Amino acid sequence: MNIVVCIKQVPDTTEVKINPETNTLIREGVESIINPFDTYAIEEGIRIKEKLNGEVTALSMGPPQAEESLRQAVALGADKGVLLTDRNFAGSDTWATAYTLARGIKKLKDVDLVICGKQAIDGDTAQVGPGIAEFMGIPCITYVRKIEEIDENKMRVHRMMEGGYHIIDVPLPALITVVKEINEPRMPSLRGKMNARKAEIEKWTAADIACEVNNIGQMGSPTWVDKIFAPPRREKGVIFKGEPAESAGKLIEALKEKKIV
Amino acid sequence: MPIKIISDKCSGCTKCVQACPFDVIEMKSREETGQPHPRFKKIAFINEGCNLCGACEPECPFDAIEITKEEKKPRVALDEYKNIWVFAEQKNGEIEEVGLELLGKGRQLADKRGCSLAAVLLGDGVKGKAGELISHGADTVYVMEDGMLKDFLDEPYTAAMQYLIEKYKPETVLMGATTIGRAFASRLAARIVTGLTADCTELDVDSSSGLLHQTRPAFGGNIMATIFTEHHRPQMATVRHKVFKPIPSDGSRKGEIVEEKYPGKFTSLSRVVEFIKDETQQVNLADADIIVSGGRGMGKPENFNLIKDLADALGGAVGSSRAAVDAGWIPYSHQVGQTGRTVAPKIYVAVGISGAIQHQVGMNSSDTIIAINKDENAPIFDIASYGIVGDLFEVVPQLIKQLKD
Repeated sequence: MNIVVCIKQVPDTTEVKINPETNTLIREGVESIINPFDTYAIEEGIRIKEKLNGEVTALSMGPPQAEESLRQAVALGADKGVLLTDRNFAGSDTWATAYTLARGIKKLKDVDLVICGKQAIDGDTAQVGPGIAEFMGIPCITYVRKIEEIDENKMRVHRMMEGGYHIIDVPLPALITVVKEINEPRMPSLRGKMNARKAEIEKWTAADIACEVNNIGQMGSPTWVDKIFAPPRREKGVIFKGEPAESAGKLIEALKEKKIV
Repeated sequence: MPIKIISDKCSGCTKCVQACPFDVIEMKSREETGQPHPRFKKIAFINEGCNLCGACEPECPFDAIEITKEEKKPRVALDEYKNIWVFAEQKNGEIEEVGLELLGKGRQLADKRGCSLAAVLLGDGVKGKAGELISHGADTVYVMEDGMLKDFLDEPYTAAMQYLIEKYKPETVLMGATTIGRAFASRLAARIVTGLTADCTELDVDSSSGLLHQTRPAFGGNIMATIFTEHHRPQMATVRHKVFKPIPSDGSRKGEIVEEKYPGKFTSLSRVVEFIKDETQQVNLADADIIVSGGRGMGKPENFNLIKDLADALGGAVGSSRAAVDAGWIPYSHQVGQTGRTVAPKIYVAVGISGAIQHQVGMNSSDTIIAINKDENAPIFDIASYGIVGDLFEVVPQLIKQLKD
């Protein structure tokens, strides 16, 4: 079983603060982490490999420093890491990113299963996974919360939906995106950490994966960011303290007054 | 790269490094980059992770950052694409509310642009629902019925929509950012080679060019971006539940129902075996106008009954923080926040939730936020419209009692 896990190195958005005076982001000292949803993807890939044998490749597109996140994936149990890195990838939107990752997966050959996190926490689009599946011409099941059964040829998965879940049968090769509920990621083992230190992270450029120039980076990106601005700030609210019954009464009164309830 | 640091102008002040939301700018020694300067030793360097968001450009005091837009040739004849479409998602034959909300917004956009508004309805035995779409603003409803379209499967749905788009060439296609909508729109945009903007919170249209101004939060809601799809059609966007409002249903509205037939045979490798309803969730979180969430302060699973009672008193759904899910007090499907669901109800009540940023990003676009917490320094009070400082086990029963009176 050849499994590819797509990961993204992202700034830890929860560490980001807003400068209240200028209303701009302060991201000084914010660390880069593996996108949290991708850690579940890595874990699921390793679990399947432990059950069915095979190989897990962690794949990422990004600047050279994203190599660190691939090493972390190896430390957790991935067999190898591949980084797609090229100045020409800059400006990629989700279309170009999905295209580029699909080209990388193609070069890996005979991939049975691609696993992505549900979405990345910096962009929050959830568009790259299904996009990769389209470029590969394979089925895609998003928001997978459980793999009920899997063998070399097929699997049965649970896709989280609004108000419940779907049970879906799908043959391999296929792509899934996973939600947090699917597993609890392990910590890296000592042996994993040693492997990570020694691991050779392959770096592939656009030419290495035979990308069409018009499909990558800004040229390959249909969307364009026109402007970026700080969201309107919430007004300071009304806080009630004191006797619970009184506070509750005041709150309900305020809500009624504003016709909120 | 389409973004450049002008060597003569860069002083190495690091303002851009701080401004970059994506951490792709670093300072390099000018010696190392071979760009010597008589006064400055360092120069900014932008790495390939840059997505050209432009946040750095206005922050540079020396105008040393230049973003050039590469001249792109449209891949299709843009002026052949007309009208605005809304994908009317259905589940079990029922139209999802978000489709009606999009028709409300779509109506505004179509009127401004002076074009027509169509809804697309895919399913099996759903034709009877087309009238509902007309009464909510659609001028035309394209209906395609097939056994393979009964439940969402990405392959037949993408094929059906691709066929309709290529046949009628809409200028803009709006879809709900539901589980189905997100997966479907992404695959479709990849196939028909066009731009897709997720989770738009504001949409506007340029009345003469038809260019859609798509505004969305990014970076955990810390920044907003306005995004264009200039050279590709249709322009595609997804929008979450409750962002826009439907127009009131008007049974006297006239519209055309066009029955479509797919020219080939649908195929799908994947197959929906069945849908299992989440019995712990009476009201769907995404749909709910009111959500009452409990957090670490609940202390134990039984205490979530209190949350449920308050939710019932208000007619809302039950949510939770990550802490309560991780403690095993309530299933993951209730989790609101970064690794759970993002919600934007009219009223969000946070009970015993301190309001870590991870929770805030999942609910901070709610209209009214009410916080109940015994710690008056809890960060949830910073974003609360109303707050009660006190013991939730005293406050919540009081609220329930007084609401019932």
